[in-house]
Amino acid sequence: MLQQAFNGLVGGAFYALLALGLAVIFGMLGVVNFAHGAFYMLGAFGSYVLLDSWGVNFWVALPLVPVVLGVAGTVLERLFIRRLAPLDPLYNFLFTFGLALILQDLVKREYGVQSQPYPRPSALGGSVDLGLFTYPAYQVFVLAVSVVVCGAVWVVLTRTRVGMIVRAATERPELTRALGIDVARWVTPVFGFGIALAAFAGVLAAPMRAVNPLMGSDLIITVFAVVVIGGLGSVFGSVAAGFAVGIVSALGNYYVPSLSQTLVFILMAAVLLWRPAGLFGREEAL
Amino acid sequence: MAGPVRGAPVLAARGLVREFRGFRAVDGVDLDVAEGSVHALVGPNGAGKTTLFNLLTGFLKPTAGSVRLGPHELAGRSPEHVARLGLARSFQITSLFAELTPLQHVELALAGRTGLGWRFWRSDKALRRFSGRAAELLEQVGLDGHGTTPAGALAYGRKRALELALALALDPKVLLLDEPTAGMGVEDVDRTVRLIQRVRETGDRALTVVMVEHNMSVVSSLADRVTVLQQGRVLVEGPYAEIRHDPRVVTAYLGDSNAAH
Repeated sequence: MLQQAFNGLVGGAFYALLALGLAVIFGMLGVVNFAHGAFYMLGAFGSYVLLDSWGVNFWVALPLVPVVLGVAGTVLERLFIRRLAPLDPLYNFLFTFGLALILQDLVKREYGVQSQPYPRPSALGGSVDLGLFTYPAYQVFVLAVSVVVCGAVWVVLTRTRVGMIVRAATERPELTRALGIDVARWVTPVFGFGIALAAFAGVLAAPMRAVNPLMGSDLIITVFAVVVIGGLGSVFGSVAAGFAVGIVSALGNYYVPSLSQTLVFILMAAVLLWRPAGLFGREEAL
Repeated sequence: MAGPVRGAPVLAARGLVREFRGFRAVDGVDLDVAEGSVHALVGPNGAGKTTLFNLLTGFLKPTAGSVRLGPHELAGRSPEHVARLGLARSFQITSLFAELTPLQHVELALAGRTGLGWRFWRSDKALRRFSGRAAELLEQVGLDGHGTTPAGALAYGRKRALELALALALDPKVLLLDEPTAGMGVEDVDRTVRLIQRVRETGDRALTVVMVEHNMSVVSSLADRVTVLQQGRVLVEGPYAEIRHDPRVVTAYLGDSNAAH
């Protein structure tokens, strides 16, 4: 039972990282980024290609791949998303959705649909004795590093000027601009940062999950449910809901395997009935 | 009531037009706001008052025409740029950050103006260096003692007072108030009128104010000049005492009894 819950926390770490990126992007840009899962997949593939073709190891890939994809994200925002933003939100839905399919198919064409192997970094190959049970060291590392990253984002958002501006712009874009604060300047870095978080989750996933072109689209539907459960645009909510959904689905997998796919959505429906704005969302935001 | 002041125009619009899919919400408006005056924009619902406000402050781009604030052309500039040039606005609908305290609101507004912009990692301690000025502004609008209550928990009249403090934090040349007494009871209306009078006179010289206002008693007690808008055009302009009996104004307001009380 405890071990299942711990599995859930590790799975939840991926949900939390992805949902966090989606939440800051949605908050700041009002864009639901359907390509988020594709960038997670590209993160995993990026580290696979680096290792396979150039022998670049995990510890280099972990910072490098998110930075490169984050920069690619800023270019994407400048070239396309910014131009579509003044139009109906549907245009950016369709754009990011189409982009996800394109990225997925490009990778599929190059590497096929089968999973590619990615070894665990040798330093984390063993197990850790957690007192009640032993657990693979790599999974413990994933959990720890995710908690640290989510915590760091939280500190930046609540304790720094840029965080205050991002939160202000998310809640009241018009008032923030009327106060003389240039909101547009922060949109590109925030988008790039959200993409980098997705890529980071992808690199972390490579050694413990199948690296294949569909890994992002398999995961992202659940992540959308996580964001809705946490409350659209709520940064804290998305992280908390990420870990919670991880635990619920791991326990569900173990005790009621027949429901494992639907459990998250049952949870989402229940939360929405109880709190229509999500657990940490504000009613007003709807 | 203040006497008519006719200084040089500090804010001037020429031939402002805004079309929405062929409909001209603002249709060739000229407006001169004299330095140090209170200028009211009135008119029936749908006359284009709020659209005009949004054109002046950069929230809408004009289809044609110009807006000058002193030496600066404002048409086509972004809202944040307009605000930094000295044209501050309030919103018709109460618009505050629910979780920030009044003190934090004003600190944010002060920080925005000084444009520390890119200094990313400065902690919120950097904001606190504005706290002296922020406390002063809160006192000015009568919110001393409420500085640390989350804004979401403030009473309606206090929220509007906080909005006024935010606009003042920008140290504006011209203050635009969009229906400052909307939705208020008689007592709050009186308090707001006194508040606006008081904050205008706080600086070295009287602050220029442009306001959209439905309540004619507020207009009569505050405004030096009144511009009456109808269907996106200026119907008549002059001191309140003159325009109130103008037959065109009386006609324009017929069928909008709401606005005439």
